[in-house]
Amino acid sequence: MELNLSYEEAVKQLEEIVQLLEKGDIPLEKSLELFQKGVALSAYCTKKLDETEKKILKMIDENSEYREEPLSLEDE
Amino acid sequence: MQDIISVSQLTRYIKKLFSYDSILSNVSVIGEISNFKLHSSGHMYFTLKDEYSVIRCVMFRSQNQMLKFKPKDGLKVIVRGYVSIYEQGGSYQLYPEYMEPAGMGNLYLAFEQLKQQLEKEGLFRPGLKKKIPYLPRSIAVVTSPTGAVIRDIINVLFRRFPNAVLKLYPVQVQGEDAARQIARALDFINCHNAADVIIIARGGGSLEELWPFNEEIVARSIYKSRIPVISAVGHETDFSIADFVADLRAPTPSAAAELVIPEKEVLVKTIMDLRLRLKKALANMVQCERLRLEQLMKSPSMRHPLDKVNQKKLDLENYKRSIAEAVRRKVEKEKSTLSVLCGKLDVLSPLTVLARGYSITMKEGNIIKSVKQVHNGDELDIVFTDGKIRCLAEGEAE
Repeated sequence: MELNLSYEEAVKQLEEIVQLLEKGDIPLEKSLELFQKGVALSAYCTKKLDETEKKILKMIDENSEYREEPLSLEDE
Repeated sequence: MQDIISVSQLTRYIKKLFSYDSILSNVSVIGEISNFKLHSSGHMYFTLKDEYSVIRCVMFRSQNQMLKFKPKDGLKVIVRGYVSIYEQGGSYQLYPEYMEPAGMGNLYLAFEQLKQQLEKEGLFRPGLKKKIPYLPRSIAVVTSPTGAVIRDIINVLFRRFPNAVLKLYPVQVQGEDAARQIARALDFINCHNAADVIIIARGGGSLEELWPFNEEIVARSIYKSRIPVISAVGHETDFSIADFVADLRAPTPSAAAELVIPEKEVLVKTIMDLRLRLKKALANMVQCERLRLEQLMKSPSMRHPLDKVNQKKLDLENYKRSIAEAVRRKVEKEKSTLSVLCGKLDVLSPLTVLARGYSITMKEGNIIKSVKQVHNGDELDIVFTDGKIRCLAEGEAE
């Protein structure tokens, strides 16, 4: 399932699905569909949380040209 | 008779006298500004007054550019300068080289004035505040590369979110060039779309030290920024102009790091909880369905599904039998009725009477039952048991 959601939206949808399923007044087939969507959303959220890699950078502004380099505070 | 001198000579003489005077050449004066005019040349013209006197003042552009606040009518100020003669006008004037508001601090007044002006322009409107992204993929920090602030931010940020991305734009956070550098940093980060959110930060300090964050150029850069800006200047009790324009004010730099990103651990736990609830909810649902199914299977009609059919079959058989019986009885009854009727019919049959020698007389197809029906010359048919003959009546009944 391809999702184009913000983390916040994805969590919100997941919460809604969980609440719907917990109420339990939906047909079984529909619940299975929701369950699958919920599983996909939770995987998506987890993926979003791990998407970035720890970085501490210094932006370098050379005549408005953009450059980044690792920041080492000891040098400063 | 004394030497006669020109007006100019006299004026220049007076001017020279003024300049030799130790008080007039360097004097501090307190008074209220009136008739203030900022000339297009950049020079300021105004008068200072108290209850009894006024003195005209000119503050040249080169000096008034240093002012942090904006002089205006009614403002009580202390000026330091010299008194001299304006030769063309023939008047003496005070030439302030320095001016500060009397009663309240210079910077304080400048702060209030800029705050008022920007507020009027609408830079602080709550409706303008951009939403801080919930989970920024990269966080720009505009602050000094040295000192505790950046270290605090790094510590808090990576404790909360171990795989965060922080990008420092190093700037001076105090001194003459600081405001320009901060404003440039904001523009630069926006121009290169280098982060999802920007924190501008500085540790605590005096009003003078925090001053760059009260400068108009910084305020306007924050206002222009498409990327949401969090300001974290000084301590909790310090308010800067930057705080008012920023999309979010953090009381301290560490607090900014807390506001900018959620704790990953909490998020992970939330997701895990939701996933667990999801599974549980489905399992519950399946369990419920299974129970219902079992209940259904236990019902009599499911356990002996042919019972009903057999019963119906039996009923059908019974109905069939009753119908056959009824029909048979009906036929029987009709049969006996018929034979009785047949017997009666036999007795009544005119043919039997004819066989015994009687005959029937008919006229024009009607049976004659009385002599009165017969007239002379009528043609009559007489029916016998074995045929009929035609006769002619002679005479009539008397």
